[in-house]
Amino acid sequence: MAAVKITDLPVIERENSISIKGKQKKQLKCDTDSVAGCVSQRACVYCGARVVLNPITDAVHLVHGPIGCASYTWDIRGSLSSGSELYRNSFSTDLKENDVIFGGEKKLARAIDELVAKYRPKLVFVYSTCIVGVIGDDLQAVCRAAAQRHGIEVIPVESSGFIGNKAAGYRAACDALLSLIKPADSLIGQIPKSINYLGDFNLAGEAWIIKKYLNRIGVTVNVVFTGDSNYESLKNTARASLNIIQCAGSMIYLAQKMKELYDIPFINVSFLGLQDTADSLRKIAAFFNDQEIMRRAEELIKNEEAEVKPVIADYSDKFVGKKAAVYVGGGFKAVSLIKQFAEIGIEVVMIGTQTGRKEEYKSINDLVNDGTVILDDANPSELEKFMLEKGAHLLVGGVKERPLAYKLGMAFIDHNHDRKHPLSGFVGAVNFAREVYSTLCSPIWTLVNRG
Amino acid sequence: MLDFTPKEIKKLTGGVINPAKTCQPIGAMYAALGIHRCLPHSHGSQGCCSYHRMHLTRHFRDPIMASTSSFTEGACVFGGGANLKTSIKNVFAIYDPDIMAVHTTCLTETIGDDIPSILSSAEVPAGKVVIHANTPSYVGSHITGFSNMTKGIVTYLAESAKEAKKEQVNIIPGFVNPGDMREIKRLVKTMGIKSIMFPDTSGVVDSPMTGKFEMYPKGGARVEDIRDSGNSKLTIALGSFASTDAAIQLERKCKVPAKTLKAPIGIKATDELLMALRNSFVREIPSDLEEERGQLVDIMTDTHYHFHGKKVAVFGDPDIVIGLTEFLLSLGMIPIHVLTGTPGNAFEKEVKAMLLQAGLKANVKAAGDLFEFHQWIKNEPVDLLMGNTYGKYIAKAEDIPFVRIGFPILDRSVHSYMPVVGYKGAMRLIEMISNALLDRQDRDAREEDFELVM
Repeated sequence: MAAVKITDLPVIERENSISIKGKQKKQLKCDTDSVAGCVSQRACVYCGARVVLNPITDAVHLVHGPIGCASYTWDIRGSLSSGSELYRNSFSTDLKENDVIFGGEKKLARAIDELVAKYRPKLVFVYSTCIVGVIGDDLQAVCRAAAQRHGIEVIPVESSGFIGNKAAGYRAACDALLSLIKPADSLIGQIPKSINYLGDFNLAGEAWIIKKYLNRIGVTVNVVFTGDSNYESLKNTARASLNIIQCAGSMIYLAQKMKELYDIPFINVSFLGLQDTADSLRKIAAFFNDQEIMRRAEELIKNEEAEVKPVIADYSDKFVGKKAAVYVGGGFKAVSLIKQFAEIGIEVVMIGTQTGRKEEYKSINDLVNDGTVILDDANPSELEKFMLEKGAHLLVGGVKERPLAYKLGMAFIDHNHDRKHPLSGFVGAVNFAREVYSTLCSPIWTLVNRG
Repeated sequence: MLDFTPKEIKKLTGGVINPAKTCQPIGAMYAALGIHRCLPHSHGSQGCCSYHRMHLTRHFRDPIMASTSSFTEGACVFGGGANLKTSIKNVFAIYDPDIMAVHTTCLTETIGDDIPSILSSAEVPAGKVVIHANTPSYVGSHITGFSNMTKGIVTYLAESAKEAKKEQVNIIPGFVNPGDMREIKRLVKTMGIKSIMFPDTSGVVDSPMTGKFEMYPKGGARVEDIRDSGNSKLTIALGSFASTDAAIQLERKCKVPAKTLKAPIGIKATDELLMALRNSFVREIPSDLEEERGQLVDIMTDTHYHFHGKKVAVFGDPDIVIGLTEFLLSLGMIPIHVLTGTPGNAFEKEVKAMLLQAGLKANVKAAGDLFEFHQWIKNEPVDLLMGNTYGKYIAKAEDIPFVRIGFPILDRSVHSYMPVVGYKGAMRLIEMISNALLDRQDRDAREEDFELVM
């Protein structure tokens, strides 16, 4: 195979956002704005905020802006609820030309009033979109007044699309959450051996799997951020004794703030893959320094592994010599996927993220083999170039990457909103192997002449 | 969520619940994809571009390529001119399209970026073209955006030579699937008439699997053909909402007579399209098409008792819904709730006129949302629901047979390859409708009523 050269890139500005392990020592450029005129796979601030908050099931998620932003985010996340389904509706102020000229505050106030009358929610999130940031509606004031009028919480989310990238939206969501969870002093840290689980959105019911594991080892899950959470459960946030963070990209800021404000310590975990799941359970047990929890954790790991390892091994036999490319939203998921692929005998030859952070790129670089291409905020032509040059058989990505992989005659797994099976925990590791098998070893690829 | 719609109807004044439309730019992006080797460009925040590509990708299950100006706070304060100029430079340097189609967003419209003046001072490589359309998201809907970009295509590209008009017809198909565009082109070709269709997304968003990723697949209207559209002797705009403006622009600019017809859904509207072609080009309807029409009438007679008197609720984009309503009436069905999210009085007028002619009265609304539509159904139940994917919530809540048609369809595949237009499309619609109704009858039948022959 021809050696991969970054210098072939059509956009010189992109050179610092791509590195090849073992080739150079430079720090990968990340967390920057996309180049104007690029076919970026990235989204905006509003998108980041919405995906984090949307799984809060009993809230009215009201989008203040023209219709599009609400239309494109109507029930797209696949996060499951055990209670209210209110969050699966699409609410928009549907701003028109007149509102843009004369301001949208009155219409927003009316929308809140009508929705509150209709659904009696305890919590309303009002998302700011690009245009609101420009026409200067005072979201704070409208929300404050509505909250007083109705005696509920109406929280503005400062998510105008242009004020940064998706990561800025995570932060806007965390700020909204911080204002929501602000506790009375008596409510801080009172439930022993209880945790908040940050950064799981309960896609395909993943948070439920982890909750069960933790219950089995004697740890109580206080609230999940934000999968299957609701107003009441979030109000109890500060009572937990530990925060564990899965999706660090979206939640590390919230964890740091909770440490600062309520003195709740946090640790990073990952429940993707056998090794990470086991390590994370041990880490949690070790934190509580409780013999019984540790014993039960070991027992759970032993039992679960005994059950799933032979199944996974059967699949791995079929993957010999296969190579994977990964392009996902956050860095935490990328790191876990490298390990998870290693567990099923697949080498990751290209890996990138939309919003990975410096530390995460360092972990990625430490984990991958020499020659692996690492890239931040990639565009489709870069993905194509490196996947082909590195001989990848499989791509892990989101909605927009799927048809790209298929057109190249390449297998694909959705590790994003469109995932249909839980990929977390021990059972998730089996699902993952099965999904890899069903796409990688499908007979359809024999019909494709790879050019 | 399914229990969240109360029966009692109260007017909403503060916005919409569960929209039946989306914003202009995605329509502009889709129209621009219908030009060969064109890269649509979204002048705004990068989320817009990302959302539109995601939505179109989910509907078509094909890669959707478009670039973005990637707005930052600075661009908002100082104007987006610099971002757009950099974009133009980068797009041609990196992605090398033949043509770049810029559309605006609510953000760039509000800060007042003057696109023509930015374009006039931008560096565009020789032989390349940049066109634009203003598509403020706070006006109209995705259909308006499609219409505006199609009009922009005419404004920038259509030219007329001095000599007499050529024996060729321009067809503006409206916001329909590539499967529909292929079928319309086949009909016109079978008539023996040369046509120029634009936008034409066939071969772009339904491109074949070759094992190679083509940034610009083989399909799409060629720029030279669109230029030549100014020399055609007739433009047929299919659908008044998505296509008429461009046809009128072409009439104004190049003196090509414009004729607006309904989207050719069902027998009557297809007849009208073929008759218009016959009259303008002095052709006989070829026997192949007469045979197809005869087959359709045969199918309609064979099955009419399945449909007669069934109540239907229809929602979606205005041109499609107007065509569909007419077809449902011709089957003896009773559309009692008819709604589009796109604003426009013409919709209500046209649908009401058709209903009046059939001696029927119904709930008809433009600029409506699916919350209200659901309330209508709760108050006056139907036997069948037709519309895009978002109808599935209502179908499940009310346990109504559901036929998916329109945009977007996010939960079923193959639809974008198959037509709903023309005689063949009408046959397909009949198959879909009767399968939905009869599957339901089988599902609900008591054993003693469960029949083999239906």
